[in-house]
Amino acid sequence: MKIIIVGCGKTGTSLTASLTAEGHDVTVLDYNPDRLKEVCNRNDVMGINGDGMNYSALLDAGLEDADVLISVTGSDEQNLLCSLFAKKKSNCSTIARVRNPIYLTEMNFIREQIGLSLIINPELVAATEIARILRFPSAIDINPFAKGKVELLTFKITEDSLLNGKNLIYVRNKVENEVLFCSVERNGEFFIPSGNFELKAGDKASIITLPKKEHGFFKKIGIGTRRIKNVMIAGGGTIAYYLARQLLDVGISVKIIEKNEARANELAEKLPNALIILGDASDKNLLFEEGLDSTDAFVALTGIDEENVLLSLYAKEITGAKIITKIDRNSFNELIAKLDLDTVIYPCDITTELILQYVRTKQNAMGNNVENLYKLVEDKVEALEFKIGKNAPVIGIPLQQMELKENLIICGIIHGGKFTIPNGDSVISSGDRIIVVTSQKMLNDVGDILK
Amino acid sequence: MNFSIIIYIIGYVLKIEGILMLAPTLVGVFYGEKQYIGFLIAALITLAVGLLTSFKKPKNQVFYAKEAFVSVPLSWIFASLFGCLPFVITGDIPHFVDAFFEIVSGFTTTGSSILTDVEALSHASLFWRSFSHWIGGMGILVFILSVLPIASGATMHLMRAESPGPQVDKVVPKIKDTSIMLYIIYAAMTVLQIILLIIGNTPLFDSVTLAFGTAGTGGFSIKNLGLAAYSPYVQYICGIFMIMFGVNFNVYILLIRKHLKQALRFEEARWYAIIIILAVALITVNTKYLFPTFEEAFRHAFFQVGSIITTTGYATYDFSAFYPIFSQTILIFLMFIGACAGSTGGGIKVSRITIMAKTVRDELARIVHPRAIKKVRNEGKTVDHSTVRSINIFLMGYLAIFAISLLLISLDNFDFSTNFSAVAATVNNIGPGLSKVGPYGNFSEFSDFSKLVFCFNMIAGRLEILPMLVLLNPKTWSRPFKYHHKKRVN
Repeated sequence: MKIIIVGCGKTGTSLTASLTAEGHDVTVLDYNPDRLKEVCNRNDVMGINGDGMNYSALLDAGLEDADVLISVTGSDEQNLLCSLFAKKKSNCSTIARVRNPIYLTEMNFIREQIGLSLIINPELVAATEIARILRFPSAIDINPFAKGKVELLTFKITEDSLLNGKNLIYVRNKVENEVLFCSVERNGEFFIPSGNFELKAGDKASIITLPKKEHGFFKKIGIGTRRIKNVMIAGGGTIAYYLARQLLDVGISVKIIEKNEARANELAEKLPNALIILGDASDKNLLFEEGLDSTDAFVALTGIDEENVLLSLYAKEITGAKIITKIDRNSFNELIAKLDLDTVIYPCDITTELILQYVRTKQNAMGNNVENLYKLVEDKVEALEFKIGKNAPVIGIPLQQMELKENLIICGIIHGGKFTIPNGDSVISSGDRIIVVTSQKMLNDVGDILK
Repeated sequence: MNFSIIIYIIGYVLKIEGILMLAPTLVGVFYGEKQYIGFLIAALITLAVGLLTSFKKPKNQVFYAKEAFVSVPLSWIFASLFGCLPFVITGDIPHFVDAFFEIVSGFTTTGSSILTDVEALSHASLFWRSFSHWIGGMGILVFILSVLPIASGATMHLMRAESPGPQVDKVVPKIKDTSIMLYIIYAAMTVLQIILLIIGNTPLFDSVTLAFGTAGTGGFSIKNLGLAAYSPYVQYICGIFMIMFGVNFNVYILLIRKHLKQALRFEEARWYAIIIILAVALITVNTKYLFPTFEEAFRHAFFQVGSIITTTGYATYDFSAFYPIFSQTILIFLMFIGACAGSTGGGIKVSRITIMAKTVRDELARIVHPRAIKKVRNEGKTVDHSTVRSINIFLMGYLAIFAISLLLISLDNFDFSTNFSAVAATVNNIGPGLSKVGPYGNFSEFSDFSKLVFCFNMIAGRLEILPMLVLLNPKTWSRPFKYHHKKRVN
């Protein structure tokens, strides 16, 4: 597809890399020639130096026959205006990033009026993701599939868990058969496990399961499913605001530590039910005074990555609380993954993922049938959801007779809206959706899963 | 420096070159010449070396500007070293330095020759000489980029290092599509010219080789008399096509996309046209007394101007012997101006000249208004400072190479006009110069040393100076942080 990306910031750059890797024709537009040069030298894309609000610059970028325009400049108004122009002059889909909370309540109105296909508020999306994890703290990561019917859940196996030292056949027969292990990460390496794969403490396992089965499963394997009742948030930025609103709605008490007095006052005004503390979150005494050792969850959301990492490491040291760390720059993510930080959230990646999902769905309509794609284990493993077309080569063959590519596993079949964990006799029929976990890259069609 | 990827790219170039060498082999078979065996052997050697070195994709795919700036000139040197094998093996040009000079002149689309009797060569060799113009015209690596299986934006550096002009940009997002598009336009125009020549009753072999020489703006001819051996119709067709191949290819892309207005407003192409019209008019008036009719004076002026400004080097008339000095001087000027950026021609390029002229104009304006802020504009857009700087550096490098070469070849003790025009003809990729190296002379009398200097000039001129200078810079080859390691050991 022909895609125009306006703005080469963090999100623009990571979108460019992902979309070119998926084989799209990408043109990037930025007013800063140096930044543009940098992006063009790293990726096989065309760069246009110009302003996204400038109609002729958009034309230079090939607006007339573009399929998708993604506007991710630093300014909301610029993104909206650029999308508006694009929509008026061509029939491409438009995606805009709008982050100012002022627009939050009018989001739908704006989307309809401007004809946007997707409007993204990265802070809101990140907050929603954090809230989802806090509602189920045993998981490191939760990704919904098949419109939320199924979840891909990543968790860490603890020392005292029932799973420690057991193989998967045992798990299936003795513990729970409606859970499928689709990938295991151990010491930075990952495995697509077979039946005799032995789980060990410290492994990060990803499972596919139904949301209602999750609590039961975790209870059985002896990994605590305590409910979180109070949350301490370091840093009172926009994500903290959205997160607090969502948590307060479900009755979790929230404490936000913010060092800027004006911002603290603003938060106190907007969040009457939250406890706002004016102070520096990197002050050890303050953290203890406010009960760091007795909190159920600690979320580091300050504007400085290094501070977030240190705070989380420290909190991890002294409490057993659920720890979530927000990191903006993803250049050192391999290193951060080694730090054992529990859950790490990259808001920029979440935004990128969402946009990529939209692009893939759109491409779906143009022949490619990947419905959903998630990256696990630092981009090494992907979980994909395919829709099975009428003539797909996988229809009607029992799974045990199917010659699948290596490091690839079919984790779920959704047939007529019902999710089943497949076994050797399962058969895929047309109209189904299947979930595939694999380390093979660039699967574009369900036929690609076969050898 | 990632040497494994450089070797891989050079291997890929040789692989493609080996396949392309099969074309002259077939020509040899078709004409029943025994030389085809030599071509076949050379093709197989090149193909074998290419396959061996590019068999496996290197693990380390790190690729930056410096890797591109090293692999491009090295690719050209190796392509020439293997490209001259057929001449040596078949014995058509037995002396190695002569054969190397001939093929460098071919690939760089210069068209200078060391041959005294072209017509004595086999058809296979004649075809390979002309075909090398066609390959080198649009660029070996531009062609490779349409098939090279490395997906990285950094490969754009390869195109930048090879394609002429101060600012090389893509026309479509993917580099692969860009190079395919350029080659389609290039091939289509070549085929059109071949058809038009055949319509004018030119034999097929002559039409094809003439079209190759014109398309690449090369200038190798298969006749001792050059273009004077053909009818005025052929001369006009070749003249028009030479000028067309000297136009920035972006103009044709705009035309394909039906942006007629933008294409007509293309600044560089306009200056190019103005210079041609002016030069043709002046030379026609100046040389009218030499010819019986006005048409003949015009035809020769038109052809010579087109041939020199596009740096092709075909000649219909011995301008070095009979033209008045005024007309000869205009032609020498045109040698330096050269064709448009983004074309197949050589020289300094029209856009560089216009940008430089504008900086001079702005500097003059600044003397009157010392606080004025002036921005140089080209094609309606502001030219950023780094581009202006790179043009200055290009000109300095160009002058330095010119001066040093002039000094080195003066050892052969020829007259100044010969030496000056020979250096100008090679570094600008034109072909013929004046006096001894005029359109009906050749480079055979120069010593082997001078011929190698010319080879360097031709490649440096084709790749626009910097890539060749990068090769000569010892820092390019040293490892980064080498000195730190030494210190630590002590």
